[in-house]
Amino acid sequence: MKILVGYKRVVDYNVRIQVKPDGSGVVTDGVKLSANPFDDIALEEALRLREKGVASEVIVVGIGPADLTAHLRNGLAMGANRAIHVVTGDAVQPLTAARVFLKLIEKEQPGLVLMGKQAIDDDANQTGQMLAALWDRPQATFAGKVAISDGKATVTREVDAGLEVIETELPAVITVDLRLNEPRFIKLPDIMKAKSKPIDTIEFGSLGIEAHEQLKTTYYAAPPKRSKGVMVKDAAELVAALKQKGLL
Amino acid sequence: MSKILVIAEHLGGRLNTSTARAVSAALAVKPDAIDVLVLSDAPDTVAAEAAKIDGVSRVLTVAKAENAHPLAAVLAPQIARAAAGYSHVFAPSTTFGKDLAPRVAALLGVAQVSDVMSVEASHTFKRPIYAGNAIVTVEADAAHTVVATIRTASWPAAASGAGSAPVEALGIDAALPTHTRFVELKQGGSERPDLQSASKVVSGGRGVGSKENFDIVYKFADKIGAAVGASRAAVDAGYCPNEMQVGQTGKIIAPELYMAIGISGAIQHLTGIKDAGTIVAINKDGEAPIFEVADFGLVGDLFKIIPELEAALG
Repeated sequence: MKILVGYKRVVDYNVRIQVKPDGSGVVTDGVKLSANPFDDIALEEALRLREKGVASEVIVVGIGPADLTAHLRNGLAMGANRAIHVVTGDAVQPLTAARVFLKLIEKEQPGLVLMGKQAIDDDANQTGQMLAALWDRPQATFAGKVAISDGKATVTREVDAGLEVIETELPAVITVDLRLNEPRFIKLPDIMKAKSKPIDTIEFGSLGIEAHEQLKTTYYAAPPKRSKGVMVKDAAELVAALKQKGLL
Repeated sequence: MSKILVIAEHLGGRLNTSTARAVSAALAVKPDAIDVLVLSDAPDTVAAEAAKIDGVSRVLTVAKAENAHPLAAVLAPQIARAAAGYSHVFAPSTTFGKDLAPRVAALLGVAQVSDVMSVEASHTFKRPIYAGNAIVTVEADAAHTVVATIRTASWPAAASGAGSAPVEALGIDAALPTHTRFVELKQGGSERPDLQSASKVVSGGRGVGSKENFDIVYKFADKIGAAVGASRAAVDAGYCPNEMQVGQTGKIIAPELYMAIGISGAIQHLTGIKDAGTIVAINKDGEAPIFEVADFGLVGDLFKIIPELEAALG
């Protein structure tokens, strides 16, 4: 079984995001870029399934400009067998990303698609579900535990009410949550090995996808700031202050 | 002319308050009609609750055995059918709505606006990106149905009680997949107020130190009638279950009073509490970032301070 893994590059989670003064975007020049943390977890899960003998091949997929290659090499260094780079200089919205994955699925015929539940840049949380709909296959979002056996996936989902367990036939799309696993660190010899692993390059335009992005972002603003409050000296003063505000 | 379909979230025969919050956002569009869609195996009690929400025009029910559990793959084709004639389809931005709405959007071939914080015009919305560190204004194409999830912390629940919308059964003939099956839902079974709708929340973080120590947080929360939350660090460390996590990837909440106990205040946690009325921080590290956003800060040992708070409350 092949596993396709969505592997997006985003602004590193430690970077303090600054909005440009003219509202045209956020500052990304010279800012550290990294793999979307949820996608690292998705890749780790795929690698573990391969190590267990459940999967035979793990393919990382990235959509983005020419320099995305270095990012995909990280995925290969982590352990993916090969990478697919769909090349486009344009920002891609979730529905378009899902259509790209569908095209790759038609070619690769994976038994499972793993991706992060959301990317920490646009925080959309859509691509996996959209892909599952277009593919007409099961979805299991917010995965905190995944077990694959007998052509089925049993997934424990971290939902608002607690932990929901569902069972799906394969192929399926699983989007992963934080506590599924802890991604491995990349070791130096693996970086060397990754250099000889294949990256297929596909021009976005050659896929025949209508990239009609329906959402226009017209303005970026910094969030309203909470003003810094006061420090109280002890418990009694705190209780008095909260009582005065009618909160206790 | 706007006409909005709001997808009801419910569990165990009770309507979730997230639905009334989504209705609030729908009202902000100033539509001609707001219909609430209840998909269930037995929708009657949930539909009756939804019918009381102010501003709801009609409640539509789809009763099917397959709808006993909220499986997105099963519900989405029915919603896509029901969406015909509506300009907008809204769902709450809870794990229920986040799972379901994109599947509906893709079936309709439209984009989705996630986490709507405010409605600027019928097709213009504000939403957070980068964990709330930037707020974008997005315009959806007016030629298509708008599918959106509503950031519940940004919207009060629409008032309930005065409404008496008619309830109508909807016959939907959609082929439903059998490839996805519900197995079980493991719930904490807490008697405490619901974290997402409580007016007071007390949260504990890594500073609490252990699962056993978390009792001090529960006890204090019970004393003031608060729901209990936790930071990601506390959940990851196994001090408390996942459904208590507050933050970017957990629950986004807006209580009147939020008390952060032993929480340092990572950006991802602050994202979840920015809309709280009053934030109180108790932490032994006076330099902790939580104090940057706290209305009231108290530096010290939580194991000493909490008993003192209880004593001061009498």
